[in-house]
Amino acid sequence: MAGKEIAIIIVFYVTCGVVVISALIAVFARSVINAAFALFFTLCGMAGFYFLLSADFLAIVQIVVYAGGILVLLLFGILLTHRTLEELGIEKRTTYIAGTIAGLAFYLILIFIIAQGLWHQIPPKPMAPTTATIGRLLLTKYLLPFEISSVTLLAALIGSAYLVRRKEGK
Amino acid sequence: MRELIEYLLTHVPLLTKVPSIFVYAVFILIGAGVVLGYISVMVIIWVYLERKVAGHIQARYGPMRVGPHGILQTIADAIKLFMKEDIIIPTSHKVLFIIAPFLVFFGAFAPFVVLPYSESLYLSKMNVGVFYLLALTAFEVIGIIMAGWGSNNKWALYGGMRHAAQMICYELPMGISVLTVVVFTGSLTLHGITNAQGWLPWQWFISPLKSPFTFIAGFVFYIAGLAATKRVPFDLPEAESELVAGYHAEYSGMRFAFFFLAEYTAMYLVCAVTSLLFLGGWNGPLPRAQGWLGNLLGLINVLSKTYFLLFVMLWLRWTLPRLRIDQLLSTSLKYLLPISLGALLGAAIQSAIF
Repeated sequence: MAGKEIAIIIVFYVTCGVVVISALIAVFARSVINAAFALFFTLCGMAGFYFLLSADFLAIVQIVVYAGGILVLLLFGILLTHRTLEELGIEKRTTYIAGTIAGLAFYLILIFIIAQGLWHQIPPKPMAPTTATIGRLLLTKYLLPFEISSVTLLAALIGSAYLVRRKEGK
Repeated sequence: MRELIEYLLTHVPLLTKVPSIFVYAVFILIGAGVVLGYISVMVIIWVYLERKVAGHIQARYGPMRVGPHGILQTIADAIKLFMKEDIIIPTSHKVLFIIAPFLVFFGAFAPFVVLPYSESLYLSKMNVGVFYLLALTAFEVIGIIMAGWGSNNKWALYGGMRHAAQMICYELPMGISVLTVVVFTGSLTLHGITNAQGWLPWQWFISPLKSPFTFIAGFVFYIAGLAATKRVPFDLPEAESELVAGYHAEYSGMRFAFFFLAEYTAMYLVCAVTSLLFLGGWNGPLPRAQGWLGNLLGLINVLSKTYFLLFVMLWLRWTLPRLRIDQLLSTSLKYLLPISLGALLGAAIQSAIF
């Protein structure tokens, strides 16, 4: 199936292009709203990579959680407060210095991890249902992390509901 | 679709001469073309029927001038829409303004990939079919916010924000009522879910005899679907008296047509998915059969149920008044969400015991 491999390579490089270009826009855009919209394409491109790796469930979760949930939340936040964000002065020198230091530190950590990591190459596998396996593993082997994360989410939900509640007599 | 291509590749000698990648690409394009053509024709007919039904419910005729009984009215409207000037307003954010209609249309169009019409009449049997359907609403939400923001118009922005908020709110009960069905079928493919239902109406998930919890979930799904496609009584994002036309106020010509098509496609999708998940899909009421006859009967089954549900949407439109925004949000979060969660719990208990 040489044709199929060529197709996969083409799709891979197109997805790469989308991810890299939109990520660059997200980083270098001057307005926050442009960065947020560019981030949407980055996240969808990541979902495309998961699809190429035959992880269909993970790809859909990526779209639902990141593109459909977190990014929409981000956009709402920006749309409701965009004036203040633009006037906050991202131009200040101190933020530049702090940002450069933090970015460089993160970059060095990434370089370290990439250099240290053992890179296994797995031969491409055909699409197989992964959902049942993921569910079984979550409820047997990884039950404790699963429960801890769900309790944490519940606590965050209750906490946010408490915080936005209107105080009595105010 | 893949099975068809593989069959043709092995049985048609001419196709073995060309590289298989081209055959796949051509067939994918044909599939997309068929779906696009179907959507366009369906929308043209459906808009005419909508105006006619609306007219008759209000004891008037509806369109009567173009053609006999106004039958060519929407074709004339479509031609008018194509001829209109494509205005990109100079104060808009150009890139977002141009991308937004395509993103919204993609979100409405892509779900057709997993939508089956009978046992062997489908484009793709994706393992995570229903989940994929729910995930694609993300594209619509982002596209609508993009359109609202890109138009640089406060009414468009309000409309876009309202619609996005509404879609996010109603996605939750929709997703949970789908899960109620998935608990019983143990499969996320639309094939698996449909084949878990028999051909008699009391074997469908909508019947309380099969499970009272999926009966509730069916209604929750349909109501949430009405809201997610902003049909009356949930049509706040384009409340004319308050917001001109909502997020697409600044769009004209083909770009408006994309929003319009996406809106009607989304309505069709909600009805089609309801008919597959809760109303037995291609299994009934016409009996199952083998071969091409089975495909034909399945197609008739699915389409008749889908169009009946679309008719119910029209019927509700001229029956119910519009909700206020706070009523809209509390309908979802205070009523539909707890009801669907209760149904999910009940369904889990029922499937564990029986």
